[in-house]
Amino acid sequence: MTWKTESQRKQYGRALVELGKERSDIVVLDADLSSSTRTSDFAATFPERFFNVGIAEQNMMDTAAGLAASGKTVFASTFAVFGTGRCYDQIRQSIAYPQLNIKIVASHAGITVGGDGASHQIIEDIALMRVLPNMTVIVPVDSVETYKVIKAIAKTKGPVYVRMGRADVPTLTDENATFEMKNASVMRDGEDVTLIGCGIMVSRCLEAAEELAKHGVDARVINLHTIKPLDEKTIVKAARETGGVVTAEEHSVIMGMGSAVALCLVENFHVPMKRVGIPDTFGESGSCNELMEKYGLTVEHIVEAAHDVLKRKK
Amino acid sequence: MEVYDGEFITELESIAKKVRWHSIRMIYEAGSGHPGGSLSVTDILVVLYFHIMKHDPKNPDWPDRDRFVLSKGHSAPALYAVLAEAGYFPVDELLTLRKMGSRLQGHPCMRKTPGVEMSTGSLGHGLAAGNGMALAAKLDRKLYRIYVVLGDGEMDVGENWEAAMLASHYKLDNVIAYVDRNKLQLDGPTEKIMSIEPLADKWKAFGWHVIEINGHNMKEIIQATNEAKSVKGKPSVIICHTIKGRGVSFMEGALHFHGKAPDEKEFNQAMKELGAVE
Ligand SMILES: Cc1ncc(C[n+]2csc(CCOP(=O)(O)OP(=O)(O)O)c2C)c(N)n1
Repeated sequence: MTWKTESQRKQYGRALVELGKERSDIVVLDADLSSSTRTSDFAATFPERFFNVGIAEQNMMDTAAGLAASGKTVFASTFAVFGTGRCYDQIRQSIAYPQLNIKIVASHAGITVGGDGASHQIIEDIALMRVLPNMTVIVPVDSVETYKVIKAIAKTKGPVYVRMGRADVPTLTDENATFEMKNASVMRDGEDVTLIGCGIMVSRCLEAAEELAKHGVDARVINLHTIKPLDEKTIVKAARETGGVVTAEEHSVIMGMGSAVALCLVENFHVPMKRVGIPDTFGESGSCNELMEKYGLTVEHIVEAAHDVLKRKK
Repeated sequence: MEVYDGEFITELESIAKKVRWHSIRMIYEAGSGHPGGSLSVTDILVVLYFHIMKHDPKNPDWPDRDRFVLSKGHSAPALYAVLAEAGYFPVDELLTLRKMGSRLQGHPCMRKTPGVEMSTGSLGHGLAAGNGMALAAKLDRKLYRIYVVLGDGEMDVGENWEAAMLASHYKLDNVIAYVDRNKLQLDGPTEKIMSIEPLADKWKAFGWHVIEINGHNMKEIIQATNEAKSVKGKPSVIICHTIKGRGVSFMEGALHFHGKAPDEKEFNQAMKELGAVE
């Protein structure tokens, strides 16, 4: 399958500038990575509403809290590794607990960061953000959806974490489709097994479905863009109708999207399940493809997991 | 005052040129990395590893060795080149930087690379880690010293100032920090993004002995370090005025070479400029 690819950050930058034009309460913060996260576009258009805090992510989150407590809608951006773990207490105490209107939009999440290595490849951010009360967690699937997500969360009140990657990603969604946070998107219908992906793994799920079709297996594919709150209805319905679930995420298998789905199914509707994701280990330097291969994130891994689930289906 | 014969300084300078040459080749070969800060920090690293520090490349775990922490871990290429030239691992291995399976990770990893004492890359951790090594030295009544290299953009990180406070509180005169004052961070000039001046006064206020030098002058680096070593009862910091991208004309002071590999034409030009000595 071939898709057009585009950078999510580019559409983030565009959406922010539009929001800045529409609303005077939008304020943007960055921590010396604005040229990478593309908040630089907003900075160039609205210099008086952009604050670069320097290399000081903890400082950024509490500054965001003060701005939000004073009525501003704040977008705070940096790389995901520095925007979650580095300033976890600031997010917990000053953003999530007081339920302030702050959108943490982070780029360079996951192992596809590539050459920079494990220090920069955060594979725990979904877990860290998901466990926080009041926090919404979104992983847009492509650049088109990123744009819509930014526009949508600007309208909501409260803390949101948005996870983006470094690499250009395949465009899977249609510009004219509406984005609804509460509804996971069914990208392909199927009856034999369900493949639930988030982020860059959704395109791999679609490819895996094609592969499975060659073996007469009819796979449903779901883009689970919003990990919290979780669209339990769509997940349970898929489990009920297909009888088996595979999840795929560019994140540790511990406490990420797959774990959220697993817990939902354990409590609501038992089916055989398998989680595709990064095993309990740090990453390393390498090219995206090599890393995806080594850490178990390829189409083949999904297909294999689906066959395993199918075998266990009664 | 020590006397330096010209030949010895010339030798350090030629090692530095070689290290810069390696760094650019490594980054070019990897297709990504941070040339600017690798080039600005090179002379400091060369003086430390080839003149100041007690260390044994054949025995990286020697308990009495001096310790080195590259807090601005994105300058790993320069550190790896220095370690290889010093004999920690084969020079040939340098071109595996950032490649799958390499011991040379994009940012320093103490579990993978011989000679690397602390894993860094997320800025602002190195000074505090160095303090820990210094406290351990005091506990064990060891005489080794801890050398920590920081970026000037990295001065934004609050943890540095927590660590600065701790080092003077515990009178860690076995810690010597170097600030690579190249005046640029990632998004622009430090004084535009987040002003850190008056930097010397800040360190002084935190109880440190402060020295300011030209960070590309081997003699000055040596003299300042010797002065720092003679200071008792407090840590020392050497603010090294440097040029980001030093040694490659079109990288000097050029913001966009903070974190971008040269293209083929730029690479060839850089090689020409750096290969000119011998
Ligand atoms: C905590 C943290 N935040 C952000 C980054 C991304 N980053 C890498 S290098 C850099 C700029 C560093 O500037 P400086 O310390 O002056 O280094 P130099 O100019 O010597 O390369 C930034 C922001 C990081 N590595 N760590």
